[in-house]
Amino acid sequence: MSVRVLANSWLVANKGMMKKINPAGLISKLLIILTLACYSLSSQAELAIEITQGVQNPTPIAIVPFGGMLGKEAEEIASIVSADLQRSGLFRPIPRADMLSLPSKEQDISYRDWRIIGVNFLVIGELTRAPAEAGAGFELTYELYDVITQRKVFRKITRGGGNAIRDIAHVVSDEVYEAITGIRGAFSTKILYIEDLKRGAKRYRLVKADADGARAQILFASSEPLLSPTWSNDLQYVAYVSFETSRPAIFVQNIVTGSRQQVTNYRGLNGAPAFSPDDSKLAIVLSKDGAPNIYILDIVSRRLTQVTRGSSIDTEPNWTSDGKGIIFTSNRGGSPQIYQVTLASGRIERLTFEGDYNARPRVSPDGKSLVMVHREDGIFHIAWQDIKSGDMRILTETWLDESPSIAPNGAMLLYATQHNNKGVLAAVSMDAGVKFRLPSKQGDVREPAWSPFINQE
Amino acid sequence: MIKSIKLFLSLFAIVGFLAACSSNPEVEPTPTPVPTPVPTPTPEVVEDPLEGVSSVFYFEFDSAILTSEARSALSVHAEVLKDEPRSIRLEGHADERGSREYNMALGERRANAARDYLVLQGVDSSLIETISYGEEQPAAFGSYESAWSQNRRVELK
Repeated sequence: MSVRVLANSWLVANKGMMKKINPAGLISKLLIILTLACYSLSSQAELAIEITQGVQNPTPIAIVPFGGMLGKEAEEIASIVSADLQRSGLFRPIPRADMLSLPSKEQDISYRDWRIIGVNFLVIGELTRAPAEAGAGFELTYELYDVITQRKVFRKITRGGGNAIRDIAHVVSDEVYEAITGIRGAFSTKILYIEDLKRGAKRYRLVKADADGARAQILFASSEPLLSPTWSNDLQYVAYVSFETSRPAIFVQNIVTGSRQQVTNYRGLNGAPAFSPDDSKLAIVLSKDGAPNIYILDIVSRRLTQVTRGSSIDTEPNWTSDGKGIIFTSNRGGSPQIYQVTLASGRIERLTFEGDYNARPRVSPDGKSLVMVHREDGIFHIAWQDIKSGDMRILTETWLDESPSIAPNGAMLLYATQHNNKGVLAAVSMDAGVKFRLPSKQGDVREPAWSPFINQE
Repeated sequence: MIKSIKLFLSLFAIVGFLAACSSNPEVEPTPTPVPTPVPTPTPEVVEDPLEGVSSVFYFEFDSAILTSEARSALSVHAEVLKDEPRSIRLEGHADERGSREYNMALGERRANAARDYLVLQGVDSSLIETISYGEEQPAAFGSYESAWSQNRRVELK
């Protein structure tokens, strides 16, 4: 029951504009940001906030409720697909009431019906009970049509078990999204986040959910703080920091069996775990020798290798996609900035130069850019930076933004922010054009971690 | 628990007081007045040397430098701890702004700064445990400076 409530609570919010940092125009840009921030704050979350600058036209698409004898499930799948595509910001699904016909087979399509209402793409299909040899469950045959060229783009079949309605829907969304945009869909991926009920025993919860917030499942609950959840690349494990022993310690938990293992127990900080691309190691932060430094822990042998040294704060390690380097936060230059260490040589290079607070970096899947927490004029936003050129732009207009986590297809990121004095998750596309929010039903929600793809390509 | 730092006794006064009173830490209830005018020695007023001395120490944003108020209060704690050694825990905290793990490190920095100051005053370092909660356990809720300034702190427990 709560699953559905949560799913419906993702709200499509606004289309924003992209802002480049340009020292000459900082003040006027700040004014724009503040104006937009005030505008967002004063608007109710249920309303789609339209900001007229830099708006792109989302592609009109019709997801026709699927044919077959399973009306309720077929309708549900179609509505989940519509919600997925709408949330991507690139599509405008047509309401069912506007559809002039409801074809489920190619020969029933009248392209004229769709041109009249301005639809560019059409998804139809049939949902049936899966054949007995495929096990109990559903089989959906679905087809994508290009209304403009009047041709079939693809015909595909997907199957799922008796409770796989949402899985089937997200597969359809992934395939449609990729066929039209050329970008792999991330609707079938999962997210982790921390929920703080703010009172009661076991008030801190580590939660796993679908990328749309549905099917939330508590992986671990504790009366002491939990933080820094992260995925293994094979999606079998999560690592996080727990204070259950009255001090911070890093735990690795198998999300299939639920078994947990404490992997660090050092004096001082034990924090910020990050799995290496091959999942054999964790980059972590320890302050056992005084200052917080980055270490690499071999998960099987428990062998520890120190990566950074010195008396400044080094924290928040994130592996580069090739596993040859680690990007991290350090205040070695006086204020927190992003640095990169090349593991083979130990060479350290500073990556950020704009502003006096840049922290918690995450590298994009293509390795070409990073996102971070960036302070500008006292306000904390999420910023994006091209690693090679150093060009930075601010993606968010909210404030107190933190914990950016990029989708595995690199199209969007989730982050934590505040709305109506509560911690909530929000999303923004990497070009800042699409924004939406996931308000919390109870307590604070924070530290989103977007999973890798389930089947790596 | 937050005690305000309103009252500052000089260190020497406290130390003197301690020397005079530490043998009798209980405050006696004021005896009922005796009607006879025979002069009696006035009962000693025994005070907790930490009365009015904060056990919470506050910091500036992204800073682990002890303020002069924090140093004054820590000096009093140091004297008490030297006289009556006990194990203490210094819990470092940060306000909600910025990233969470950086704030964990900042909270530890703050707890370490308080520890180092106590050790410098002669407190046995083996009695002091430090821990950082980062921004995970705020003392005050609210996203404005008056709440933030209460959350950038070290608590001596």
